[in-house]
Amino acid sequence: MSTRTFGEPVKRNEDRRLLTGQALFIDDVELPGLLHAAFLRSQVAHARILRIDVSRALQRPGVVAAYVADDLGDYWKPGPLLVPPPPIAGAIFHARTQVPLAREKVRHVGEPLVIVIAESRYIAEDALDDIDVELEVIPAVVDLEDALSAGSALVHDDLGSNVSAHVHQSKGNYAAASAGADCIIKRRFRYEHGMSSPIETRGVVAQWDGRANQMTIWDTTQAPVFIRNGLAAMLGLNERQVRVIAPFVGGGFGPKIMMFYPEEVLLPWISMRLNRPIKWIEDRLEHFFATTQERGQIHDAEIALTKDGRILGIKDVFLHDGGAYDPYGLTVPINSQCTLLGPYVVPNYDSTFTQVFTNLPIVTPYRGAGRQHGVFVMERLLDLAAHELGIDPADIRRRNLIPPDAFPYNNQIIYQDFAALTYDSGNYEPVLDMALDAIGYARFKAEQATARAQGRHLGLGVACYVEGTGIGPYEGAKVQVQSNGKVSIATGIGTQGQGHFTVFAQIAAEQLGVEVGDVDVVTGDTDQFYWGAGTFASRGAVVAGNAVNEASKAVRKKALKLASDLFECSEDDLVIDGGKVSIVGIPERFVKLGDLASRANPMRGAVEPDTEPGLEATRYFGPKMGATANGVHAMIVEMDPDTFELKILKYVVVHDCGTVINPMVLAGQIHGGVAQGIGNAFYEKLAFDDQGQLLNASLADYLLPTALEVPRMELAHTVTRSPLNPLGIKGAGEAGAIPGGPLFAQAIEDALGLKAKGVELLEIPLSPSRLFELTRTAKD
Amino acid sequence: MHDDRHDITLTVNGVGYSRRVESRMLLSDFIRHDLALAGTHVGCEHGVCGACTVLLDGEPVRSCLMLAVQANNHAISTVEGLAGKDGAYHPLQQAMHDHHGLQCGYCTPGILMTMSAFLDENSSPDENEVREALSGNLCRCTGYQNIVDAVLTAAARMRG
Amino acid sequence: MKPAPFKYIAATSLEQALALKAEHGDEAKFLAGGQSLIPAMNFRLARPAILIDINGIEALCGVRTSEATTRVGPLTRYRALQRDAAFVGLFPLIGEALPHIAHPQIRNRGTIGGNLSHADPASELPAIAVALRARLHVQSAKRARSVAAADFFVSALTTDLQPDEMLTEIELPLQSPRTGSCFMEVARRRGDFAIVGVAAQMTLDNHDACGDVRLSFCGVGETPVDASTAASILIGQSPTDDMLRDVAASVQTMIEPAGNVHATADYQRHVAGVLTERALRTAHQRAHDAR
Repeated sequence: MSTRTFGEPVKRNEDRRLLTGQALFIDDVELPGLLHAAFLRSQVAHARILRIDVSRALQRPGVVAAYVADDLGDYWKPGPLLVPPPPIAGAIFHARTQVPLAREKVRHVGEPLVIVIAESRYIAEDALDDIDVELEVIPAVVDLEDALSAGSALVHDDLGSNVSAHVHQSKGNYAAASAGADCIIKRRFRYEHGMSSPIETRGVVAQWDGRANQMTIWDTTQAPVFIRNGLAAMLGLNERQVRVIAPFVGGGFGPKIMMFYPEEVLLPWISMRLNRPIKWIEDRLEHFFATTQERGQIHDAEIALTKDGRILGIKDVFLHDGGAYDPYGLTVPINSQCTLLGPYVVPNYDSTFTQVFTNLPIVTPYRGAGRQHGVFVMERLLDLAAHELGIDPADIRRRNLIPPDAFPYNNQIIYQDFAALTYDSGNYEPVLDMALDAIGYARFKAEQATARAQGRHLGLGVACYVEGTGIGPYEGAKVQVQSNGKVSIATGIGTQGQGHFTVFAQIAAEQLGVEVGDVDVVTGDTDQFYWGAGTFASRGAVVAGNAVNEASKAVRKKALKLASDLFECSEDDLVIDGGKVSIVGIPERFVKLGDLASRANPMRGAVEPDTEPGLEATRYFGPKMGATANGVHAMIVEMDPDTFELKILKYVVVHDCGTVINPMVLAGQIHGGVAQGIGNAFYEKLAFDDQGQLLNASLADYLLPTALEVPRMELAHTVTRSPLNPLGIKGAGEAGAIPGGPLFAQAIEDALGLKAKGVELLEIPLSPSRLFELTRTAKD
Repeated sequence: MHDDRHDITLTVNGVGYSRRVESRMLLSDFIRHDLALAGTHVGCEHGVCGACTVLLDGEPVRSCLMLAVQANNHAISTVEGLAGKDGAYHPLQQAMHDHHGLQCGYCTPGILMTMSAFLDENSSPDENEVREALSGNLCRCTGYQNIVDAVLTAAARMRG
Repeated sequence: MKPAPFKYIAATSLEQALALKAEHGDEAKFLAGGQSLIPAMNFRLARPAILIDINGIEALCGVRTSEATTRVGPLTRYRALQRDAAFVGLFPLIGEALPHIAHPQIRNRGTIGGNLSHADPASELPAIAVALRARLHVQSAKRARSVAAADFFVSALTTDLQPDEMLTEIELPLQSPRTGSCFMEVARRRGDFAIVGVAAQMTLDNHDACGDVRLSFCGVGETPVDASTAASILIGQSPTDDMLRDVAASVQTMIEPAGNVHATADYQRHVAGVLTERALRTAHQRAHDAR
C-alpha cells in the first residue's frame, strides 16, 4: 500500500475542527479575569491634538483604566521600519512609522487616541463617549498631485514635503530606443486596489503572568516570530519569556503581517501593568481604518514599439499613495515597478515613482502587493498599441514573450528581495496558447457577431502576468517521528487557510512513508518553533515547504541508518512505506517507525557522542532569490449596453507555479484570488472624500463579491520547475488576484465597442455608473 | 436603564439553558461567550457577512441582528449541533470536506447553517438556486465554486 | 460595535405597546424584525432609551383578503409573504420585488411594517406601496387613522408617523383583472439597496388599450417617486415604443436623484429612463397575457 501523496488532491487535515466549530480563533480565547479594550479613534483625518480628558471615562463603573500617549512614558515610540529600502542607487526614503497612540497630531481617520480597558467590550465602548477630545482640524492631504504641490498641508511637518520616497530605476536607454520607434503610446492610468476585508478582523489577547514571569500573546498575525522578538525587546523581556500564538486565523491576505500595530504594542504592556489578561477584537468599522490596505497609483506611462508590435522600451512615472506612515518601506511600489515588465522582453525601461504621504490609512501589501498596478499599465499599453498598429491583442503579447531558452532572465532592476529582478524559469507561450484555446479565442469573433445580431453585447479579455514568489530570507521546520509512529511538524510561519496542515504533511509523508492523516502540523506558535519570517509574498509552500522537506529527508536518513544497524544490512536494501522500514523483498522483516523512534531514545545504555536522541531533525531553507510564477487569465463578459451591468460568462485561468504539491489546495488559492480580482476590478472601491473621510465604511457599501458575482472558473496549469529549490515549487497565493483589472477593461471595451467610439478604459475600479460617465460623450 | 437584565430560557442544539442577560447583549455574543459555543463567528455586526448565521426555530437568521432576550422561548441551532452525537458528519459537512469548500474556515459555520436549512427546503436545487441561497454569506478565501459544488453533492447524496 | 444601553420591554399586546410609546414618545422605538434597527444600534447611530419588542403581538401578523382589499399585518415577515402563493398571486409586484430585498436570512426576520416605517429612500416596498395605492393604518393609544401611501413617506427615513404612533395595518386594494405589473431594479449586487427601482402596473380597458397605469420609483428621491402622471399619455392608447420612450424622457425630467457612493445622479436618471421603458413594456405584455 503506497502512502505517496505528493501531487495528489489530498483532503485536508484541518477540516474537522473547522467544520464542527471546534477551531480556536482569536475571539474564542477565554481567560479568567479577562478585560476588554476599545479605542477612541480620530474622527478626522488631520488635526493637532489640543486636549484629551479621560477623567469621566475612568469614573464609569466597569472601566478599569484609560491610557493616552503620555501615559506610556518611554514605552511610547514609533514602530520599527519593517522593510528598509532595497539598495537602489539614488533612492530617497523618509521613514515615518506608526505610533501606539497619537501624540500632538492625528494623521488619518481611525488613528487611535485613547485605549480604554473595561470589564466588557460593551462598557469599554460606552466609556468612549465619556472622553473629551479637542482637536484643531488641519486640511487633509488626500489628492496625490496636490500633496506634492507647494502650499499643501504636510502630513509630517518635519519633512518639509509629503514625499515618503522617490526611486528611479532603469535599464538600457529609453530615450534612444524610443527615438527610432514606429509607434509611441502615452497615457495616464489610475489604478486603485482595495482592502483585504477578511471575514475575520484582527485581534490580540495579551496575558502577563507575573508569577510564571511569562507573557503569552494570541495574535492574528502572519508573522508570529517577528512579533515575539520585537515585543520581547520592547517590553524588556527575554525572547523565551514571550510566547506568541497565531491561532486559526480567518483570512490574512497581507495586512495581518503588518507588524507592531498599535494594538499589538499596547495590550502586552497594559497586561503587565494591570496584571490581568486583556483582549481586543477589531470590529468591522475599525477594520476600515485600523488595518492596513492598498489604494491608488497614478501612472504617466508610455511604450515605444516597432510597427510589428515589438516593444522597444517603456517609460513610466508614477505616484503611489502610501498613507500616513510608511513602515513597509518601498515594497508595494517596487512590486508595481518590477511586475510591470511582465513576461515580456523589454530591452529599455525607465521607471520613476514617488511614494506620497497622505492623511489616509497606512498602505502595506494586500494580495498582489502592488503587482496589480504594474500589470494594468503594461497590459493596457499593449492593448492600446495593438489597436493602433492593427495587431490582434493576443498576437502582440505573443510576439513579446520572453523565449523559453532565455532563463534565468535578468531584468536588471532591483526587486523587493533586494536582488536584481531575475526570472528563474518559465515557458510562457504554452500558457498563452492553453488560455486562448480554453476561452475559445479563435471562434469568438464569430460568436460575438452572432450574439450582437441578437442584441447581446459580448466581449473578451486576455491578460498575462508574472509573479515573483517564494522570497527569502528563510524558514525552518522541525520534524519528529514520535514513538506512536505519528509524525509531528513545527514551523514558524502562520496559517490563514492555505492548507499548511495538509500540504506540509504531504511533503513529510512523501519522505517518511506515512499517512498524511498521521502527520500533525503546528504553525505559528513560538514555543514550538521560533525561527523564521512569516506568511507573505506567496512564500509559505516554497520556503517553509522546502524546510519541511529538508528536515523530513534528514529524519528519513536517521531512520534508515538505525534500521540498517538493526537489520545489519545496507541502507540501500531498505524501503520506507506504510509507516515501517522493511528489507526490500522481505516485507516480514520490518520495524515500525514508531519503534525506531523509541529505540533512538534509550532509557539505559550509552548514547554515542555527537548523536541526537530520537528521530528528529530541524532544517532551514533560504532561497537566494524569489521564484517566478506566471499565468494568463481570459474572460468573456456580457454587458447591458443601457445600464452597463456586467455578467461574466466564462473565466479561464492557466498558470504555472512549478511543481504542485496539492492541486486541490492550489485550485482553491486561484479561485479565491480571482474572486478578489473581480472585486477589485468592478465592485470594491474605497470612497475617501477630499477631507480623508471614508464614505462607505461598512460591508453594505464596500462591496465584496458574493456567490452571484463570482462565476465558475476553469483552471489549467503547466509545470516549469523552479531550479531554486529542491522541490521545484513556486508560490501561488497571490496569482489569482493580479490581472483582473486589465482583463475587465479589455473585455468591457470589446463588448461595448468602445475603441471604435474613441473611449478608452484607463482606470480601475470600474462600475456601471462609471462606465456610463466615461461613455456618455462618445459618438456612436 | 443601566444594566437592564432579563431572565431567559431557550434551547440550543436541543439543550435547555436558563440565563440572566443584559438587554443589549447580542445573541451572537451570548451564544459565543455566555454559552461558550464559539463555533458561530462574528464578522461585521451589521448583518451583511452572514458568518454569525444560526437557525432560529429552524430558519437561518443573523445572530448579530438579534438580542439574546429575543431568543427567550425559542430553539436555536448552531454548527456545534450539526454533526451526529457520534461525530458523524452531516452530509453537507462531508461534502464540504470532499470538495475543499473551506480554507480559513471562518465563514464556514454560517454557510453550513444557511445551506443545511436551504437543503431541507429545496432538495433538488440547480446551481443558480444554490448561488442565490449562498449570496447572503460572504467568503473571502474560496471564490465560492467549491462551496457550490459541495452543496450540490450534499443534495444529491441526501436524495439518496 | 455594541449597542448603547437601553431598557427592553417585550410587549404582549398592542394596547401595552401603544401605551408605552405614548409615555416615551421618541425616546422609545418599536423592535420588529430588527434588520434595520439593530445594525443602526450596533453602529450607535440609533440610541433609543426604550426598546419595545412587538414580536410577541400575534394580532399584528397575518394576511387577510376580503372582497375588495387585502389587509397585511405589519409584523408579517418578508419570508411569509414570499411563501404565500395566494398573496403573491394577488400582488405579483410585491412577489417580484421580494427576491431583491436583502438575503434569505434577513427576509426570515424583516417585516413589511418595519420596512415601511423605516422609509429608506432606496427600499423597494415603499415605492410598491405607492404604486398599489396602499392605505396605511396607523394607531396610537388615543386614536386610529389611515394615510394614503403617497402621503405616508415624508422624507428620507421619515414618515408621517407621530411619536406615539405605530403602523398597524397595510391595506392593499385588489387590482383589477387584466392587470399586468413589473418590478425591476438596478443594484450593484443582488439584495443591495436599489440604485434605481421601478414598479410599473398597467390595466387594460375593454378595447385592450391602456386603461390605468401606475409608475413609481425607489432610489431616486428622498421618498418614493410617484411618476404615474408621466405615464398618463398612455391612457386610452395601445403603447408603442415611441410612446414608452416619451414616458421615459418625461420621468427623467421629473426626478431629482441625489447620486450616492455607487452611482452618479446622472446615471440614476439615465437608468430610470431605461427601466421605465422596460418595465412598462413588460407590464403591458403581462396585462395582455392576463386577458
